[in-house]
Amino acid sequence: MISSTFARRLRRQAVTLLAIVLAATALTFAITEILPGDAAVAILGETATPADIASLRTELGLDRPLVVRYADWLGRAITGDLGRSYRTREQISVMIGQRLPVTLELVALTQCIALLLAVPAGIFAAYRNRSRSDNALAALSIGLLSTPAFVIGIGLIYALSVSLGWFPASGYSTLEDGLLANLHGMVLPALTLALAEFPVYMRLLRADMITTLQQDFILVARAKGLGVTDILLGHALRPSSLSLVTVIGINLGRLVGGAVIIETLFAIPGIGQMLVNAVYQHDHFVIQGVVLVVATGFVLINLTVDLVYAWLDPRVRVGSDH
Amino acid sequence: MPGSIRGCVLAAITEELAGGARARASRRVPIGLALALAWLLGLVTVAALANVLGLQNPDEGDLLAPLALPSAEHWLGTDSLGRDTFARLIYGARVSLAVAIGSVTIGLSIGGALGLFAGYFGTWADRLIMGVMTVLLCFPGIILAIALVASLGPSVTNVTLAIGVIFIPAFSRIARANTLSLRSREFVLAAQSLGARLPRILTREILPNLIPALLSYAVVMLGVAILAEAALGFLGLSVRPPQPSWGGMIATERANMVEAPHAVFVPSAVMFLTVLSINWIGESVRRLFDIRAQSL
Repeated sequence: MISSTFARRLRRQAVTLLAIVLAATALTFAITEILPGDAAVAILGETATPADIASLRTELGLDRPLVVRYADWLGRAITGDLGRSYRTREQISVMIGQRLPVTLELVALTQCIALLLAVPAGIFAAYRNRSRSDNALAALSIGLLSTPAFVIGIGLIYALSVSLGWFPASGYSTLEDGLLANLHGMVLPALTLALAEFPVYMRLLRADMITTLQQDFILVARAKGLGVTDILLGHALRPSSLSLVTVIGINLGRLVGGAVIIETLFAIPGIGQMLVNAVYQHDHFVIQGVVLVVATGFVLINLTVDLVYAWLDPRVRVGSDH
Repeated sequence: MPGSIRGCVLAAITEELAGGARARASRRVPIGLALALAWLLGLVTVAALANVLGLQNPDEGDLLAPLALPSAEHWLGTDSLGRDTFARLIYGARVSLAVAIGSVTIGLSIGGALGLFAGYFGTWADRLIMGVMTVLLCFPGIILAIALVASLGPSVTNVTLAIGVIFIPAFSRIARANTLSLRSREFVLAAQSLGARLPRILTREILPNLIPALLSYAVVMLGVAILAEAALGFLGLSVRPPQPSWGGMIATERANMVEAPHAVFVPSAVMFLTVLSINWIGESVRRLFDIRAQSL
């Protein structure tokens, strides 16, 4: 049952988030505008004559005012036409269509691995609060938080692929090469990103879990004679996962940022690598397209997080806390 | 802001880990903090005095001795071009430290000022400023930094600017939240009713009370800035070669990981220890201010 307060909140949020997508794409348009040597120069090279550059600028429509170009781009983007890459003349929507699944797979695997590691560790650390193993997990977390993801990645490459030879050090196999080959290449990059996220997830769950475990209904469950596993997983986990769910959602955007570095490190043809290359090559529409996809994704995720929130915590659904 | 979530988590952990030690030896400086301070002071000193220490030239190497192991001549070995790793690390520290201090200063001053205005005036100023900040926060920070450095060109100044800009929203949020709770406090009302002018109220009444929250966050962000600079350096978007930066050193030498792991892992370890020290000190600063707030 969804109350009208909640529906109104969702509606208001949808409008805000739509505004954010518009603002984010407009901002990117403005930033790419100050890139020195616009696309015409980038395509023709340093040796081109001013006349050539001018005519190409007219051809590409770069001589029109910024606002007109943004409106034009936005109008097309709504119909699904993101334009073509200045470099390869490829349809950008096709390029993104090829590369987005790769990044999505990486991010999904990362979240799975991070949660697989963090949820048991967080529950355990909360249950054995202030024990030796809790402290050890805390120290590990500080270490991971003080290391950039690419150094974690290099460490993993050295340990697991150079020394032990378990995983390829870089490269990507498509799904056509078989699911196993594909996963084999993805494990190391996903594990790298997951280890960077692990401390945040683990500590958030641990903190909420410690609070939950002190509440009366846990005492009731104990008094009923339920086992430790039942109490931890059946009673305490769901109400303790609110912060975790929020951060998992927020983190999806962050992970796309992290994917930029990790895709470069492991030579994975995802959307992050596409963005880095586009920035190097001043391929404005490609940058635009990627930002649009990332920003829209961020917006949708935020809406989803709100819905999941309502499922996890009935108080949000009824709106009684307002 | 992801950075702030990480910051909070970090603060919570260090507080717990250091808490036990503090209870046992409350008079002495905790050993962890002492080590962190020693490492950081040492690093700042050598980086500042790099020119007079008689280090080897960080940009010119002995091509006949590439990837040498640590020895009396090269304390931390050499890289793939035979350049002295120790010298390059210290000159790289200059870049890291300059970028960290510069970008945090930008984020702290601009973000702090914006947050102060938004929080104090409320209404449309608040909505405008915070709306812009929300949009900035929606960008994965590193993507914004990449775009900015790519457009401005790689140099210490531009990397500092780019990282500083992505820090602004987080600082402005902290400043705004604290200002909101301060602006209706008695001492502000007292100043207002005594006829204090706006600049005085903002700078003499509210700002001093923002400093603890902003400053302890700033220390944590120094570490984040070093990691961000390293990430840009790793992508080849920090200082131009041959000028050394930690991220750049790691990026170049990872190709030789098999023959010479030390060339990659020594810079990684130095960066790790530096960020770890900063995080540890940041937590101590936070606790210091908490105690003051309690005694007030």
